[in-house]
Amino acid sequence: MKHRCLVSAGAAIVFVAAWPTAVPLAGQGAPAAGASAGRAYTVPRTPDGQPDLQGFWTNSTYTPLERPDKVTKEFYTPQEALEAEKQAAARESEQTAPGTVADVHYDFSQFALDRSQAPLARSLRTSLIVDPPNGKLPALTPLGQKRAAEREEVSKRIGRWDSAESNQLDDRCIIMRGPGPPMMDAGYNSNYQIVQAPGYVMILTEMIHDVRIIPLDGRPQPHGNVRQWMGVSRGRWEGDTLVVETTNFNGKNPFVGSSEQMRVTERLTRVSNDAIRYQFTIEDPGTWVRPWSAEAPMMKTEGPIFEHACHEGNYGLYNTLVGARLEEKKAAEGAAKKGSK
Amino acid sequence: MRNRLVTLTTVTVIAAAGVLLTTTAGTAQAPAYRAPRAADGKPNLNGIWQALNTANWDIEAHAAGPSVVRELGASAAVPAGLGVVEGGEIPYRPEALAKKKENYTNRLKLDPEIKCYLPGVPRSTYMPFPFQIIQSQQHIMMVHEFAGAVRTIYMENHVEAPADSWMGWSNGRWEGETLVVDTKGFNDLSWFDRAGNHHSEALHVIERFTARSPETLMYEVTIEDPKVFTRPWKMSMPLYRRVERNAQIMEFRCVEFVEDLIYGHLRKQPSK
Repeated sequence: MKHRCLVSAGAAIVFVAAWPTAVPLAGQGAPAAGASAGRAYTVPRTPDGQPDLQGFWTNSTYTPLERPDKVTKEFYTPQEALEAEKQAAARESEQTAPGTVADVHYDFSQFALDRSQAPLARSLRTSLIVDPPNGKLPALTPLGQKRAAEREEVSKRIGRWDSAESNQLDDRCIIMRGPGPPMMDAGYNSNYQIVQAPGYVMILTEMIHDVRIIPLDGRPQPHGNVRQWMGVSRGRWEGDTLVVETTNFNGKNPFVGSSEQMRVTERLTRVSNDAIRYQFTIEDPGTWVRPWSAEAPMMKTEGPIFEHACHEGNYGLYNTLVGARLEEKKAAEGAAKKGSK
Repeated sequence: MRNRLVTLTTVTVIAAAGVLLTTTAGTAQAPAYRAPRAADGKPNLNGIWQALNTANWDIEAHAAGPSVVRELGASAAVPAGLGVVEGGEIPYRPEALAKKKENYTNRLKLDPEIKCYLPGVPRSTYMPFPFQIIQSQQHIMMVHEFAGAVRTIYMENHVEAPADSWMGWSNGRWEGETLVVDTKGFNDLSWFDRAGNHHSEALHVIERFTARSPETLMYEVTIEDPKVFTRPWKMSMPLYRRVERNAQIMEFRCVEFVEDLIYGHLRKQPSK
């Protein structure tokens, strides 16, 4: 408990201190306005002349994708943002309460699992979604509704611990939220390393060492049979902005319910030495009635990034499956005993 | 006429043998080739590269052999190879050689490749998958298709490995035409090949990447591990550029492919 207090106090100080860099980012509003705000900053160049996005970045955030129901404005005041962050941090730490699943899994107040202990990419936004203007996901198409219903049905029929395959992708160490695209806060370790070489931008995600290699030479997308977890990305520079278009998803890692038809357009613009404005637009006529866009800043963080060998040390998945089978055996034995009495 | 042909053939055979000797001996002499320069003036090693040999089956010289999985027949049988180890044999300590033999016998159960584990170094370089070099001044990335394994080569701010890992901690430097990568901080879990050649956590790998033509690199590796070997030893091989149009590193996210193998026995059984 004492530790928890110390952590919060420390976070609050960092929080206030961090506003000067975060405010210009957050106050930019619509992408068009953001571009003009970025003009004052001269983006450094790589030795081969590309706008330089290189370094270590984080998109760790408490800002939700969708605007909370009670909130009606696009931006908080700094004071309101501080309060929202405190509440979100408290909710996150609550997971460690005795008797909860997290209590026997992780202590969220330790090992930097609680986001407030690591650098945050702050913004005054009340939601990451900037369009539709209400900060909410657009309505689902009939196909999107059908898939959502199917997912619901499958989750009722198949237990999470029935097999490795019925578990969640992150627990299986297949893919986490970090690499996307779109690249999203991964819950913890939301860190990235960008390295550029002539004709390529490489983005390493800390979580499961996922790497995106984005070619900039205007090559076409491959045949539709080539389907990947992270899709296939093609990039280009539009002024100082890296624009990346990704299609050819395999649909097995839906992003808030997306289909394999999803097209993600990302825009990365370095707006200061310490910040990249990261914007993305989702087009997926198989899921939503209209495209939608979000903005999630990336802030400079300290490197290096260490190897995240997830699958290799996945005792968690193994042990929970062993535990589930043991529980079933115990239950069956109990039932047999009752029957014999 | 007939004699002439015989002579020519003999000459060809001798010449070919000479090439082979040079290749297997992996002569360390600097090639005359000078690589194109990156914007910072260093040799430009950017590109997608791949080994074209049987080192991932067995880095030592080996004859062809049957598949370890009967059902796969000739499709997964072992192709013969002249070996990439200089001097032909790995100088194992006796107990380490015994472990290698045990590994080989139990390779179907023990080879980390089968479980989609990160391949370690130098195995990642000569697996039958391409890898891409993304070269900047501060960091040189090596991004491997197999299991999405990735290495960051730190060209500045060299520090000791903060902890042990599968792919190790790599510090790099340029020596003229050659990228020299010094890697330590390994765990003892990766293998050098499917034949069970192994190392301890004391492994120290020094790799030398040198362009030898626009489309080939020479790759030379020195292995030190006093717990396992009686002396340092070397392997060497060329790496070839993937020159096909639009070549790219594809996803080979193999965890999904091995879940049934690793966790299948823990699957819920249908209630009777």
